[in-house]
Amino acid sequence: MATITPVKPIAPLDDATVRFCGDSGDGMQLAGTQFTNTSALAGNDVATFPDFPAEIRAPRGTKAGVSGFQVHFSSHDIYTPGDTVDALVAMNPAALVTNLEDLRDGGVLIINKDAFDKKGLEQAGYKTNPLEDGSLDHYSMHAVEMTKLNRLAVEGFGLTQKEADLCRNFFAMGLVFWLYDRSLEPTLRFIAQKFGKRPEVAEANTASLRAGYNYGETVEAMNTQYQVAPAKLPPGKYRNIMGNTALAYGLIAAARLSGKRLFLGAYPITPASDILHELASHKNFDVLTFQAEDEIAAITSTIGAAFAGEMAVTASSGPGIALKAEGMGLAVMTELPMLIISVQRGGPSTGLPTKTEQADLFQAMYGRNGECPIPVIAARGPADCFDAAQEAWRIATRFMTPVILLTDGYIANGSEPWRIPELSALRRTEITHPTGTENGDPFLPYQRNERLARPWAVPGTPGLMHRIGGLEKQDVTGNVSYDPLNHEHMVHTRAKKVALIADDVPPQEVDGPESGDLLVVSWGGTYGACATAVHKVQQRGGSVAHCHLRYLNPLPKNLGDILKSYQQVLVPELNLGQLRTLLRATYLVDCIGHNKVQGKPFSVGELVEKIDGMLSVK
Amino acid sequence: MSIETALTVLKPTDFASDQDVRWCPGCGDYSILAQMKKVLPTLGVPREKTVFISGIGCSSRFPYYMNTYGVHSIHGRAPAVATGLKCVRPDLQVWVITGDGDGLSIGGNHLMHAIRRNLDINIVLFNNRIYGLTKGQYSPTSPLGQKTKSTPMGAIDNPLHPLSIAIGCEATFVARSIDTNINHLGEVLKRAAEHPGASFVEVYQNCNVFNDGAWDYAKDRDTKMDTTLELQHGKPLIFGKLREKGIRLNGMNPEVVELGKGITEDDLLFHDERSPEPSLAYLLSRMRYEDGFPEPIGVFRSVDAPRYDVLINGQIDEAIQKRGKGDLEALFNSGDTWTVE
Repeated sequence: MATITPVKPIAPLDDATVRFCGDSGDGMQLAGTQFTNTSALAGNDVATFPDFPAEIRAPRGTKAGVSGFQVHFSSHDIYTPGDTVDALVAMNPAALVTNLEDLRDGGVLIINKDAFDKKGLEQAGYKTNPLEDGSLDHYSMHAVEMTKLNRLAVEGFGLTQKEADLCRNFFAMGLVFWLYDRSLEPTLRFIAQKFGKRPEVAEANTASLRAGYNYGETVEAMNTQYQVAPAKLPPGKYRNIMGNTALAYGLIAAARLSGKRLFLGAYPITPASDILHELASHKNFDVLTFQAEDEIAAITSTIGAAFAGEMAVTASSGPGIALKAEGMGLAVMTELPMLIISVQRGGPSTGLPTKTEQADLFQAMYGRNGECPIPVIAARGPADCFDAAQEAWRIATRFMTPVILLTDGYIANGSEPWRIPELSALRRTEITHPTGTENGDPFLPYQRNERLARPWAVPGTPGLMHRIGGLEKQDVTGNVSYDPLNHEHMVHTRAKKVALIADDVPPQEVDGPESGDLLVVSWGGTYGACATAVHKVQQRGGSVAHCHLRYLNPLPKNLGDILKSYQQVLVPELNLGQLRTLLRATYLVDCIGHNKVQGKPFSVGELVEKIDGMLSVK
Repeated sequence: MSIETALTVLKPTDFASDQDVRWCPGCGDYSILAQMKKVLPTLGVPREKTVFISGIGCSSRFPYYMNTYGVHSIHGRAPAVATGLKCVRPDLQVWVITGDGDGLSIGGNHLMHAIRRNLDINIVLFNNRIYGLTKGQYSPTSPLGQKTKSTPMGAIDNPLHPLSIAIGCEATFVARSIDTNINHLGEVLKRAAEHPGASFVEVYQNCNVFNDGAWDYAKDRDTKMDTTLELQHGKPLIFGKLREKGIRLNGMNPEVVELGKGITEDDLLFHDERSPEPSLAYLLSRMRYEDGFPEPIGVFRSVDAPRYDVLINGQIDEAIQKRGKGDLEALFNSGDTWTVE
């Protein structure tokens, strides 16, 4: 097709970070998701960070109602959604004032000029209009009459003004797509699929998207386009995936590969609910989702399904996990395999429901009455949730124990490219159920194998009728026992069984030199920031290594030796030092913390600064 | 093939476990246990297909004494444990054993939801109007003014009526019996087991240690004919030693009337356990001895309704029918994908 568009220069970039922000009704999450998928399809590595308020619709135009979505896309592999933003799209003054500090000097600032009226400025607390007072001069600012231009673009499709304004995010998307030389095709496909039943809406959104793109192409002020080349990821087939989706897929795969039905007992809670939603949409995989009356019913129904012999899972977040504590105790006492997924969020109490934190490690480790050990493992990123779910189920069934799987709001809602695994490469979990006893001997439900695991006899099996419960068990027989020495023996046995898991998992690995000046120890969702920071310092020749823990209970067998091979140990955590306390108590090794509790992930920059500081005082 | 096929005739003793029964001598629970063991062999369900789930309390020791599968779970949660079990294994016959404290206080929420979902489980609530295992505090069914260890000046909480609760929760099967009325209790348990859907049975049970005689009025040989009324489907509500009294509706309210003197059986309220409207069953559940009424025993309500365990598995069948059996490879590859060479 012939074109008369004047050619504008295209500047190549290694990577870029874009943030869309606006009112929570402005469709910023959708804009971010579409831009992410398009970038991933273009071959970039991507990492995302959606950041939205707990209120569904806070008052329009207020700072409390600002919703943002950040995407980092790159021509090399990346682990974080980026520290600073290269391009910021702000749909109103409140979005600008709450997000501007993350935009780098000279960065691209795209603003919906129409929202900067008297009321909007007042709501954001601006005394003067920043578009006019020169305060934004050191950015590459484009104040666009987005509301007006968008209304013109969708004229003639028979939409009300309100409906027309709902298309505005597509205008903003189109503009950013032009800025980074992105294809519109994936989003056009999305529009056709999503709004297929309302052709006028589909056409209007398409028109908005194209109008935004054409605006960039035409307007002289937008004088540079940027291009981020495809990343050199390991060969394979990829898709973009969010943590909660990957976790649900991991559960489905684990159930299928172990020949079990999958039962999820769950009560809705942010940020874990998407696991329930995802699983509920895959019933054809023999997945039963039970939306329980409360968190307690969620875990106790899970215990019922585990006793019945199927793969039983419950998923929640801190406040819900607190309610499940007694149920977890019963799961430990009955020694039934099941998964308890905790998607951490800011606490205590209701805390910061939509923000991330790592402050529930102690809850997972200790949050029950009595000596009540439960294995704890943590996923390190969105795609890793797939593997972590399967590993948790493998441990649960091999050792006949509940397993806690920790993720957090950051990796649950964040996304990254996922190399789609070959089915043959997935590990099958072999499960055997006893089918009877020899010579009609009585069945002994608490007789153990070499891993101290008891038999998983399921109802329906003749001759193996038995009763279990929360009262202390006599060793071997499982009968109720109040005998003092038996109780002590059973407490030790339950602890030893969990400790034995350390023999069944791979030794801890370290990224970097085997000894040196500094070891950075991390767990869970801070993996990306820690790995990136350590790599940066390593490239400059710093004597630093990174040790990221998946297994938190029991800790890997070689961890003590690793910790003692470095002059200093740094433990960055989004809490006040829970893993640090655990490491100090377990290994008598001094650890320095870097701790942040702002509901936000670490930036790479702050970790580099901390590492540099520790290396310089050596 | 199972050693215990349906052809094997089981006896009550086949359902006894090897555990010593540890309720207080004279406890009403013994009688309920005995009737349960008598009823189970008549149901044609093998022992290994039977599961007893309980919470915490004296009644909740029940599963230990049954030679079936069983879970003695935590306080109040038995209906939820049973729900998970029954959802994934609808082939099992599931009994929930609970008490007035376990079921109506700490576990009230689970009881409500298990009943309204109408899973095919049988819930038996032993009502002794006291906390026994914790040694004598008042329960949600203790009468106003009852003096207990925790209410030295008398209970000031309005008591709950278990059957009214169950009916309010859309129960499809509601019944009541009495621990010592063994034939009646056996019949009611059998009916509960045979009902497809959630069955709720309240059993008046005597705690001879902490609340002895709470149900004497309904159990005493001399008074029970006047203080209780045995419900029979399609029959008029008649009671009394000489079957000389009946219940008549006066507007929206029941009243006790003497038969004769111009009042015949045809004037009385006729019991209809299959009435789609729960109002009659509710009205019966509100008739209290202390208000001058005989307390009905028997089946209050028995209606058919969709069952959760059937529906949840039906949706799976439907999903498989519509979309085919889940294919992991197709799932992983759904949405936009790209290939890196």
